[in-house]
Amino acid sequence: MTPKVDPGPATASSAPRFLDAGEAALVVEFGEVVDPAINDRVLALDAVLRADPPAGTREFVPTYRSLMIHYDPLQIDRDMLVAVVRRAMAAMTKGRSKATTWTLPCCYDPALAEDLDEAARILKLCRHEAVALHAKAAYRVYMCGFTPGQVYLGGVPKALAISRRPAPRPPHPAGAVLIGGGLCVVAPFVMPTGWYVIGRTPERLYAAERKDAFLIQAGDNLRFDPIDVATFRDLEQRAASGEIVARKSAA
Amino acid sequence: MTAGASEAILGILSAGPGSTLQDSGRHGYLRYGVTAAGPMDPLAHATANLAVGNPAGSTALEVSPGGIEVTAEFASLSVAVAGGEFEVNLDGRPLPPAVGLNLDEGAVLKIRAGRSGSWCYLAVAGRFVVPRVLGSHATHTRTGFGGVNGRAIVAGDRLRIEQSGWSKPSPGAMVAPWLDRPVNTVRVVLGPQHDYFADEEIAAFLAGPWSVSAKRDRMAYFLDGPRLTHARGYNIVSDGIAMGAIQVPGDGRPIVLMADRQSTGGYPKIATVIGPDLGRLAQARPGTAFSFEAVSIAEAVAARREEAAWLSRGIVAEPLLRTHLSSEFLLGLNLIDGVVGLDTVG
Repeated sequence: MTPKVDPGPATASSAPRFLDAGEAALVVEFGEVVDPAINDRVLALDAVLRADPPAGTREFVPTYRSLMIHYDPLQIDRDMLVAVVRRAMAAMTKGRSKATTWTLPCCYDPALAEDLDEAARILKLCRHEAVALHAKAAYRVYMCGFTPGQVYLGGVPKALAISRRPAPRPPHPAGAVLIGGGLCVVAPFVMPTGWYVIGRTPERLYAAERKDAFLIQAGDNLRFDPIDVATFRDLEQRAASGEIVARKSAA
Repeated sequence: MTAGASEAILGILSAGPGSTLQDSGRHGYLRYGVTAAGPMDPLAHATANLAVGNPAGSTALEVSPGGIEVTAEFASLSVAVAGGEFEVNLDGRPLPPAVGLNLDEGAVLKIRAGRSGSWCYLAVAGRFVVPRVLGSHATHTRTGFGGVNGRAIVAGDRLRIEQSGWSKPSPGAMVAPWLDRPVNTVRVVLGPQHDYFADEEIAAFLAGPWSVSAKRDRMAYFLDGPRLTHARGYNIVSDGIAMGAIQVPGDGRPIVLMADRQSTGGYPKIATVIGPDLGRLAQARPGTAFSFEAVSIAEAVAARREEAAWLSRGIVAEPLLRTHLSSEFLLGLNLIDGVVGLDTVG
């Protein structure tokens, strides 16, 4: 039997816990909650390791609160990997270096925002209040996951914190902007979901043929720019022909 | 359409649902939410590839229990079949479940679910000429990545093969005893979230008995068995998911996340199936009872090392014995050399 891990809760500044996800993946856990300071440490460790990947490591997967390191245990053993990670942590820079801010066009017209009225009703808001709250907020990309290019955003106003659905709804279209569980996601692939579709972006977060196939990275900042249906259709066509319709600025 | 001198076509005459092209997986993009996919039974996939002289992670056809029927067009193909104990049949004559052979132009090879096992691999000497998506041929049907237009193989597909020149002069039964893996115990490393469960729940988890539910696919195997109770709730902030992770959602029924798993998830993961036992579990049929055994990282790595040693020795094929097949069959295959070889073996 493996010994039980120390269950002490990690804070944003305490030493991380090293958890095993089998013999070929190590989880470096900086905390158990959604917290920008914890996510900063995850991304900082990820940046140091990616800059010079230790022999035997295969890929690094940053999430809200932990970094999963996939490795080949026949090339690097677990204790060695932990030692390498500890050394890398000493080289970590404080805070984020250069955050890109994206402005993502988003259509909140109920024709495309299929669940907007339902979500507003549950949140006891009128449609326009819900849209204004969502469009005004500043978001941070905590991680990518679930489908290619999909981003998980923090910074959702409390008034828009809605529980996930008790049962999934039928598949949403590509480009859906969804809220649920106090978070927001932009979902580039058609999938069933337990979240609420409150908008849609014409931008393609994943495009196989594009030089940067994945547009947005963990650690980036993001805002939504409300557009009407006609603009959506126009931008959708331009995006389909290869143009990047989101705007990018270095903060 | 004509194929070049070194090219041939693997023609799909019929295909049940769920057979896909798989290489070792689409690695390096989990950080962007891209599923790795790859074989459900990596050991059998590697075995079939090595048997035809391909590198272990080459693209091969993963055959689901729905089965498949293929033929060679324009030229013969050297192929190998390995995986679960499927029924393999060449022009109406039965072959062993792990076998290498020359598929002559126009010959028909049928592979369908047999006595045990859930996945079987058909490797072809050379390479499948299909586009790579993010560097890989691995098919992930949910996002439409890889393989043939991101979908499962269907009747009428004609897969171009660039042949390697490697050939198998006579059909041979593959000597791969490591593919005989009864599913009575599946080894796991506890964690990463076993501290969400009390000791007695971990004991109940290990003891089972479990069986794979009928609800299973390349993404996840749902398990039937005791209901597990969480000590600290069942919602965690999403973190990474390794292949073989056993997550326990709110209803207490464990789910093993397999090759087509999502990159991240939000349920506590009580344990992770060790790499060398992924194929053992993947091959389990619904209803077969098994338990889990917790092992240390060192034990899991030793099992990996053992697996690597088997494969590094190369795959040996034994001539098919007359007791398995009639001489009429062997002569019918026009494999005089093979028959002579058998006689000299005695």
